[in-house]
Amino acid sequence: MKYLVIAAGLLSTTAAYADAPELTVYTYDSFVSDWGPGPAVEKAFEEVCGCDLKLVGAGDGAALLARIKLEGERSDADVVLGLDTNLTAAAKATGLFADHSVTADYALPVTWTDATFAPYDWGYFSFVHNADAAAPANFKELAASDKKIVIQDPRSSTPGLGLLMWVKAAYGDEAPAIWADLADNVVTVTKGWSEAYGMFLEGEADMVLSYTTSPAYHLIAEEDSSKAAAVFDEGHYMQVEVAGKLAASDQSELADQFLAFMVSDVFQSIIPTTNWMYPAVTPAEGLPNGFETLVEPGKSLLLTEDEAAAVRDAALDEWLTALSQ
Amino acid sequence: MLRLENCLIENGGFSLRADLEIAPGSRIAVIGPSGAGKSTLIEALAGFRSLSKGAVYWKGKDLSKVAPGKRPIAMLFQDGNLFPHLTVAQNVGLGIHPNLRLDDAQQAKVKAALARVGLDGMGDRKPASLSGGQQSRVALARVLVQGRDLLLLDEPFAALGPALKAEMLDLVAELLAESGATLLMVSHDPSDARRIADQVVLVADGQAHPSMETAVLLDNPPPALKAYLG
Amino acid sequence: MADCAQPIGARTGIGAALVVAALIFGTLAAVVLRAEPGRGLGSADWAALRFTLIQACLSAGLSVALAVPVARALARRRFAGRRLLIALLGAPFILPVIVAILGLLQVFGRAGWISDGLALFGLEPVQIYGLHGVVLAHVFFNLPLATRLILQGWQEIPAERFRLAAQLGADARATRNLLEYPMLRRVVPGALAVIFAICLSSFAVALTLGGGPRATTIELAIYQAFRFDFDLGRAAMLSGLQLVLTGAAALVAVKVAVGEGFGTGLDRPLQRWDGNSTTSRVFDGFWILLAAAFLLLPLAAIALSGVPGLVGLKASVWTAALNSIMVATLSTALMLILALPMATAVALGRGTMIEVAGILGLAASPLVIGTGLFIVIYPIANPFALALPVTALVNAVMALPFALRILVPRAKSVVGRYGRLSMSLDMRGLPFVRRVLLPRMRAQIGFSAGLAAALSMGDLGVVALFADPEFATLPLQVYRLMGAYRMEAAAGAALLLLALSMSAFWILDRGGRWHAEA
Repeated sequence: MKYLVIAAGLLSTTAAYADAPELTVYTYDSFVSDWGPGPAVEKAFEEVCGCDLKLVGAGDGAALLARIKLEGERSDADVVLGLDTNLTAAAKATGLFADHSVTADYALPVTWTDATFAPYDWGYFSFVHNADAAAPANFKELAASDKKIVIQDPRSSTPGLGLLMWVKAAYGDEAPAIWADLADNVVTVTKGWSEAYGMFLEGEADMVLSYTTSPAYHLIAEEDSSKAAAVFDEGHYMQVEVAGKLAASDQSELADQFLAFMVSDVFQSIIPTTNWMYPAVTPAEGLPNGFETLVEPGKSLLLTEDEAAAVRDAALDEWLTALSQ
Repeated sequence: MLRLENCLIENGGFSLRADLEIAPGSRIAVIGPSGAGKSTLIEALAGFRSLSKGAVYWKGKDLSKVAPGKRPIAMLFQDGNLFPHLTVAQNVGLGIHPNLRLDDAQQAKVKAALARVGLDGMGDRKPASLSGGQQSRVALARVLVQGRDLLLLDEPFAALGPALKAEMLDLVAELLAESGATLLMVSHDPSDARRIADQVVLVADGQAHPSMETAVLLDNPPPALKAYLG
Repeated sequence: MADCAQPIGARTGIGAALVVAALIFGTLAAVVLRAEPGRGLGSADWAALRFTLIQACLSAGLSVALAVPVARALARRRFAGRRLLIALLGAPFILPVIVAILGLLQVFGRAGWISDGLALFGLEPVQIYGLHGVVLAHVFFNLPLATRLILQGWQEIPAERFRLAAQLGADARATRNLLEYPMLRRVVPGALAVIFAICLSSFAVALTLGGGPRATTIELAIYQAFRFDFDLGRAAMLSGLQLVLTGAAALVAVKVAVGEGFGTGLDRPLQRWDGNSTTSRVFDGFWILLAAAFLLLPLAAIALSGVPGLVGLKASVWTAALNSIMVATLSTALMLILALPMATAVALGRGTMIEVAGILGLAASPLVIGTGLFIVIYPIANPFALALPVTALVNAVMALPFALRILVPRAKSVVGRYGRLSMSLDMRGLPFVRRVLLPRMRAQIGFSAGLAAALSMGDLGVVALFADPEFATLPLQVYRLMGAYRMEAAAGAALLLLALSMSAFWILDRGGRWHAEA
């Protein structure tokens, strides 16, 4: 009898678990990793939603979009989290996304009006260097110096594409000349951010393309203040990371609830020290200690999604031409 | 009766015809010039070469389409008659059951065969640790347990010294006398033929000739054989 | 004697080859069918093709050219640590790319050990980035493989032949002409083709060491077509191009690699009588030291940076290690199920197309296979549920070319040597496989299984599209750690991965040789 009761209890808990609606969120791989925001976000959301949140990692932002395109309307995903403004135009063009209903008091340097995608964090691209070395003040100074940099390939990496947009946004038609001058500073181009950052830490280059928030990791997690981000006076290109709801979702309300949760204090407090980016909405307790030491660019650059989509291919050709010499 | 009926064996540009009969229990030496096709004939009998024409019958049964291992034939090759990774007993046991699942009676048969060829107690050794003569004895022990009607020898003892070779041939003769099997043996050496064979098949000029009495043939060789014997 | 009866059929092998071909071409077709009209191949793609071919030819040529003296030195010298060195030779080959790149740069980079050494003398740092850097990295990866393949060729010359050569008074040069050159003629073309195919699909190594977009390979163009342009048609076209090139290389290799084997001896322990002169001792010593230094220094760098991170590795890293072991076990089993019948069929003379099918696994872009499988599987099953089998299968197919290079020569000699004897004993089919083929091929099966297990352990494979969130493999965790700035922990996990791969390789390779002489 006793066993029957236990068995019944077990059955009912699994049943309860099985009955709970499941919300599937596709995101990039580093979000779901043990060291990313994923585990904390999952726990926090499941406490309030009465649902089972399933975070699925699929490569990086671009791979995420490619996957959604492959799966089309039959996708299991209810929410896609981790696209940026370089990808949103293409994402919208698929017609797979529905408008969101999120409102928040964003702490972004730009006004956010996108009806389909809501931002959850952002950062500035920047060259990270050793704090004890002097840094150039802009791209022209960098090109004129003998500083060596490692950058990522825009064809395979999100920061790589960000740098392409940065130079384009700052210099427009002058971009090819900037790249030509930078060519002898580029030690090499890597497939992804990890390779480049690893090479920089091993001393292969003086600077690496990363984010202004990168030194925060070293400072907060490793108590190491030896890394700094250079401020360029042309301004810094921004990366705004966003999420959107899929029109074909069978958990539409839950998806809305998740997007609202995404800009809430709980979620936003998790972001800074797990994703090492600025939260889209400043948490009530403010930014974690250490973030106040980060450099603030004087000027924010961001191409609109349509501009980004329009200049992308031409900018890539310019980059390829300049660096292939 | 082993009957080769209008056989044509082709191998590249080379061809060999055979149309002959061999009585059960005979001991035949196959002799002839080098390259005349002695081994080819034996290989065709064993099923390693297909016939372009004709058929081979044993006791009235057509063997032409029978797989080599299913023919009533045991065969020893010039070399490589033993598997180096298997023990002596296992090498012999293969003659009873190719997947070596042997019951006690069969094990005993293997043991007896080894004893019969003078290798008592050597069943657990590996071939590499045996002398050349001992290796030949293992192969003969296997022939013994195979118990086939026909034994084909493609000069398996060619590498042994004259005395050892004579010893092996005598052992073969004894085993044949016990089993009543029919022997076909390729040989270069007329003295081998005299030693063991009562009949000789001469292979020359693209033809395997019907068998003749050993002494008659060797004492009055036809021109083709004469040239070979010198 | 192709028309002759054989102790075993080729049907299973042909079936296995068809499975492989279906996987490779089926996934390619799936991608093509799903593609919308995109732009065709442009001048940038042809430039990528040219660079890919140049670096692949140079890398394959140099790897094999260097491997010949190294393998010979290892074949005829006996010294303490020889076995360990041979086992360690497998290591570069099985490292995750990102780990290997960082290890190489710690030695050869601008801030590497060699540059540091040069700086002591006031010299400029090494200029590693460029075509020569790409080739250097590829030689680092593939020299060990080439060495192992050629060393195996040496080991397959039976002791009896060396004895005969010694008896004939053959000196080192005569031994070369009698035994070694004919062996090299059989072994080298296959080794060249395999390494050419590996280098053909190189991407991250070529880009990073190549110093920028000059070093764009076809695989990078595929990657770009897929994720930057989402132009599946172009991705498929480029992948097809890669397949054609590899297929052609394989075909040439199969046709060129002629020559009879040396037959089999009676498993006598190998003893060499040649090469005892001082010159050849010095020569061999030089090559062994050079190869050891070239290969072991970067490994030492990886180990050194990994040790601090080993302590305090999180549980999830250990779980990932278990997952990796599972994937490796499964894919090794799958590889053997495919490779053994294929090798046997090749040995039976049903060769060319099977060998070509076998080598295509290397040329197929993992991205295209993964995408194709995803397109095929997605409508019928949950891709995450299939993460383990799919990863294992793709890894098995990728390891197949190496396995075949190892298994085919031996299968040929076993079938050639014991086929007729076995048939005359009516030992056909399963008994032949169990009693003759497998025991005679034990060492080769162990070696190929070890290689497959190690490769599968280190490979990221197609995980991206099939990545079950709950089922991360160790290489994926290494990437995740790096992506989360945990470079030290990542280095520790990479060292763990290296140790696991090496152990898998060591255990299986040794297992194959255990009592092999008995």
